[in-house]
Amino acid sequence: MAACSIEDVLAKAEREEVEKLKSISVHKEQELEFDPGNLFAFDKNPPNIREFRKLNKDEFLRSLARDNTQLLINELWKLPTERVEEVIVAKLPEPTTRLPREKPVPKPRPSTKWEEFAKLKGIQKKKKTNLVWDDVHKEWKRRWGYKRANDDTKEWLIEVPETADPNEDQFSKRIKAKKERVAKNELNRLRNIARGQKIKVPGVGLAPTEQQSKTELGKAIHVAKHSTASVGKFQGNLPKEKTPKNMGKKRKFEPLIGDFSAEKQKQLDLLNIMDSKKPRIDITKAVNKQMREEDRQSGFQKRKSPGKKGRKGNFSGKGKAKGKGKKGGPGGGSGGGNSKGGPGGGKNRKPRMKQGKR
Amino acid sequence: MARLLRKLRKKSFNVCRVLPVRSACGFTWSAVWSKFGFKRKPKTKRSKRFLQGREPKLNENIKNAMLIKGGNANQTVTQALKDIYSLKKPNAVMYKKKNITRPFEDQTSLEFFSKKSDCSLFLFGSHNKKRPDNLVFGRMFDFHVLDMIELGIEKFVSLKDVKNSKFPEGTKPLLIFAGDSFETDNEHKKLKSLLIDFFRGPTVSCVRLAGLEHVLHITALDGKIYFRSYKALLKKSGCRTPRIELEDMGPSFDFTMRRTHLASDDLYKTAHRQPKALKPKKKKNVSHDVFGTKYGRLHMQKQDLARLQTRKMKGLKKRKGEKAEGEEVEATTAKKAKTQ
Repeated sequence: MAACSIEDVLAKAEREEVEKLKSISVHKEQELEFDPGNLFAFDKNPPNIREFRKLNKDEFLRSLARDNTQLLINELWKLPTERVEEVIVAKLPEPTTRLPREKPVPKPRPSTKWEEFAKLKGIQKKKKTNLVWDDVHKEWKRRWGYKRANDDTKEWLIEVPETADPNEDQFSKRIKAKKERVAKNELNRLRNIARGQKIKVPGVGLAPTEQQSKTELGKAIHVAKHSTASVGKFQGNLPKEKTPKNMGKKRKFEPLIGDFSAEKQKQLDLLNIMDSKKPRIDITKAVNKQMREEDRQSGFQKRKSPGKKGRKGNFSGKGKAKGKGKKGGPGGGSGGGNSKGGPGGGKNRKPRMKQGKR
Repeated sequence: MARLLRKLRKKSFNVCRVLPVRSACGFTWSAVWSKFGFKRKPKTKRSKRFLQGREPKLNENIKNAMLIKGGNANQTVTQALKDIYSLKKPNAVMYKKKNITRPFEDQTSLEFFSKKSDCSLFLFGSHNKKRPDNLVFGRMFDFHVLDMIELGIEKFVSLKDVKNSKFPEGTKPLLIFAGDSFETDNEHKKLKSLLIDFFRGPTVSCVRLAGLEHVLHITALDGKIYFRSYKALLKKSGCRTPRIELEDMGPSFDFTMRRTHLASDDLYKTAHRQPKALKPKKKKNVSHDVFGTKYGRLHMQKQDLARLQTRKMKGLKKRKGEKAEGEEVEATTAKKAKTQ
């Protein structure tokens, strides 16, 4: 009797289980493809078209949707859950559907010379605080930058060390040292950029270029000549080479307290010149020069004006040249009308973008 | 050194600071400079953060969508755009004014808008006699059009027409696609990928189970595509997993597929390429067996077993006295051998 009852109980329990599962189970011919990371499900089963046409379309679609959603929810409820602030949350896995990226993969930044050295030696970056306590001012100041702590260029009293020259300016010495450090830092920063972009920069001298002008060649010769131990003093000239004069200072200033008589003579000569009736400039030459300049300007304006009539802008070098060419042919007016057609229609390099209206 | 500095400065980019002067003809120096690769350097930290947000990254931002109206857009199309905008908020931008462009002919203006507003998805709505109630779904890669699919609206029921309670905007929807043509037909496959991209929402690591309300169900049937949006009600069932009841809620569309503009396979390959850094690193020399035991593998150099250092047994050590005896014995035996 007891055995029967146990069997009955077990059978009843089983039936109850089946009942429970019935409400959430859905029968499908083919399993759906799930991507829980994206909350996405894909039903590959071909839908029953005959049923679709018989029933009301919306009803059919809704029942299909209900079945599919039930399966997806079943799948999602299998995921591990955790409690976050009184809310039950399911942890989603990585999405498996492959979707295209928005922008291309970023290229890694080229590392600087220091970064490579640190990687080699295993030096870790130590995080430093932004503010440092300054004892002198008794407050927290920046570690570097404007109004920083322990700024040695801003000291009002510097003791002259015993080994130093008494006439030397210690304040300007510190300022100069700071400027040199800044310049060195800037140079290294630019060198890092150049190395990153694979631009060759020579250590000393000039960077090579494709077409060198006369001045560049002259400079290169000068640098090469003076790159000896005695700074080019004993370098002879080539057969037809001329030693360049006036290399260096472009202006010469007299010392403040120098030759008094020479200074007096200079001032008197200046007064004589101002007094004299004869003009200092050659008037005919000046007038001719001015007239030539004016002619050039007016010619330039005339070339531009047919372009101005036809279109209101898109000034490009090509437009100007083409306008000039066209001026000879059909004449100014029609040349003006066609000028957009010419350079514009031919190669519309930059199409005019109208700012999108929102 | 100053000369070197000057030469280096000329060659380094991002150094020029030019004011963007807008003249009447639409010519800007910034446009000229950007052609040569010079960009305006950000002057404030805030603008620097803004520009960094727009740069290409390993883990990308959520894709924004821009909804644009064409030259002649009628009531249906405008309402459809507004409904999709409300589904996609806040990752969408709605352009209020009409823009007269044709996406299938000229994509430059779309690319320009995408660059300015940093949107990689777009939806363009228009209406004309040949193609009534037209919607063009599209996406961009690197601010150039990747693919575009044109869908015509046959029937449209708006959000306003269905009088039900709605759920808050920004809920991540459950996307379900049904129909075997999404598997077999190439254009339908691309459409599926596009629609997933469009309506996916942000990628999250955890999701609140009670908040899974929005269901988007897309069926490909009989040559048409049925787009339905439901609100899911989680009812009690006997066990832990709830039973679902659906309530018709949002916009519903009946689409027909019109033209498509798909990119070449190479471009798709480039766009789908994932950076190496994101791939999960395989742990080497670790294996698990059936019972769950973890096995590791060590690689060692070859050892000279003759010179192996083992434990020292002090008792077996040869002492001085013993050693001498041993030698004598050896010596006597040797002599004996010789004499014999």
